[in-house]
Amino acid sequence: MLSTQKHSGEITSRDVEQALGTPAGCYSPEKLLALISPAAEDYLERMAQLAHQLTLQRFGRTVRLYAPLYLSNYCVNGCAYCGFNKDHQFPRIRLTIENALAEADIIAKEGFRDLLLVSSEDRLFVSVDYLCELASKLRPKFSSISVEIYQMATEEYAKLFAAGIEGVTLYQETYDRDTYRKYHHSGPKADYDNRLSAPDSIAQAGMREIGIGVLLGLSDWRLETLALGEHAHYLIKKYWKSHVSFSFPRLRPAKNVDRSQFYFLSDKNLVQMITALRLCFADAGLVLSTRESAALRDHLIEIGITKVSAGSKTSPGGYSQPKNAVEQFEIDDTRSPFEVAEMIKSHGLEPVWKDWDSAFIKG
Amino acid sequence: MDKLVIAGKEFNSRLLVGTGKFASPEVMAEALEKSGAEIVTVALRRVDIENKNDDTLRAIDVKKYLLLPNTSGARDAEEAVRLSKLARAATGINWVKLEVTPDPYYLLPDPIETLKAAEILVKDGFIVLPYINADPVLSKRLQDIGTATVMPLGSPIGSNQGIKTRAALEIIIEQANVPVVVDAGLGLPSHAAEAMEMGADAVLINTAIATANEPSRMAEAFKLAVEAGRTAYEAGAAVSGKNANASSPLTGFLRE
Repeated sequence: MLSTQKHSGEITSRDVEQALGTPAGCYSPEKLLALISPAAEDYLERMAQLAHQLTLQRFGRTVRLYAPLYLSNYCVNGCAYCGFNKDHQFPRIRLTIENALAEADIIAKEGFRDLLLVSSEDRLFVSVDYLCELASKLRPKFSSISVEIYQMATEEYAKLFAAGIEGVTLYQETYDRDTYRKYHHSGPKADYDNRLSAPDSIAQAGMREIGIGVLLGLSDWRLETLALGEHAHYLIKKYWKSHVSFSFPRLRPAKNVDRSQFYFLSDKNLVQMITALRLCFADAGLVLSTRESAALRDHLIEIGITKVSAGSKTSPGGYSQPKNAVEQFEIDDTRSPFEVAEMIKSHGLEPVWKDWDSAFIKG
Repeated sequence: MDKLVIAGKEFNSRLLVGTGKFASPEVMAEALEKSGAEIVTVALRRVDIENKNDDTLRAIDVKKYLLLPNTSGARDAEEAVRLSKLARAATGINWVKLEVTPDPYYLLPDPIETLKAAEILVKDGFIVLPYINADPVLSKRLQDIGTATVMPLGSPIGSNQGIKTRAALEIIIEQANVPVVVDAGLGLPSHAAEAMEMGADAVLINTAIATANEPSRMAEAFKLAVEAGRTAYEAGAAVSGKNANASSPLTGFLRE
């Protein structure tokens, strides 16, 4: 057995081979530790091949597609890395229900049936009632609606679920307390422990899909991945009816950013992280956004990614009025949804627009 | 080969095929063709059952195949019943493959919710084909309610592990008054042949065909295996034993 006491730098190739010899898709902290170790970097091709096979077996020759719909960029939080930070001065935008429906129409016309509603912490406007009303009006057009918004209480999540919202994505951003404190200066999000309890609230409300993740670049990715694995394992065991998925938002070097401040994750290590998580969690959804480049995304759908966004606009109103507002982050893969679907087909995979049905939820 | 009879309807093929996980609707259509299947199941979560132009649905010739909607993804009886009714309203099809799988990882069927849903659906006039664990008593309870088949699993769905539930499957087959369709976990044609040799009435295959390098050839291989297994079952297999057994050490004295 591998020792949990080992630092990832002390993992040897023997430990990696042992980890690769365990049943594919089964988790143990020792296994994840071995697969994300520097020693495992020499095994990337084998890890990728195993991840490819396992994903093929569990998900078939398919890749799901979704689109984000940004509702508001008003925010009460001061997260240092975020474009919507409350201290940034720029014209803020909120979409009325009618505005949001107009945006959703554009998204639906592109073929999407899986919609992710996104908002910064703007409780006053993007309230539970607002989301419930919007969801009920979106249901005829979308087979799956989920949210990536500020943290709520269990009862509030339950109301969203009853209104037809079946999944919640909420990142811890970083599992390292000191790093968390450093980047989350003010606002409700500054409370680390409260944030950590969010996936429990989401599951207790009956949500089917729980998306977790860290903002890659804030801290050492190896430690973050281990924490993510433990968090997912805990959630899967405790809330056995909810499905856990991982996302991989990655900070990219930008012009005016002091590079020494961040732990930028290389493409190589991103591949290592994705394949390691797949080899530990056979059935987890692995989600990739348009933050990543077209070239990289084309490769990653072959080695474990099961769901991608396409044609995303990351500012409220961005679909109807492109280039009018400040984006939360800059997107890299600017291809249209059609182009992304064609790319998926060219890999011998089927782009899946619908893998859920609004009829699952009463209403 | 005898005909398979489900709910009074006759089928020449004893291979049922699922439609998920294929690389494209075209690849799926070709595999269905080569499988010789007459019953194909579609997940209501994946298709737009109310839309005739749905890519997957368009690729399934309903004159040739009985379209069997399934409730994959349903977490409880209420959801499964709601989905079934929606499908019937949209298509007029009153057959349903009942799947209630609250665990999203191994997709194992919930016996309690499946029984509840079956009861409601049968009363409502549905022809119900329930996906279940290999549980002989549950099989009996479902038959008592009036399901058209039972569909016990060989091993967890999509696992391609083959028949890991042999002892329980043998009891189910022995006791069944309705066709037993072994569903889930069959990864190779030999697994399908094994189920048929045991006396299963049919098998359902999806992952093993859809994720093969050449799905249409694999579909054909399964077709042949199912036919071989069934024919062997009908022919009556020779009894196998470990040792040759020429003498009668215990009863030989009777002939002395």
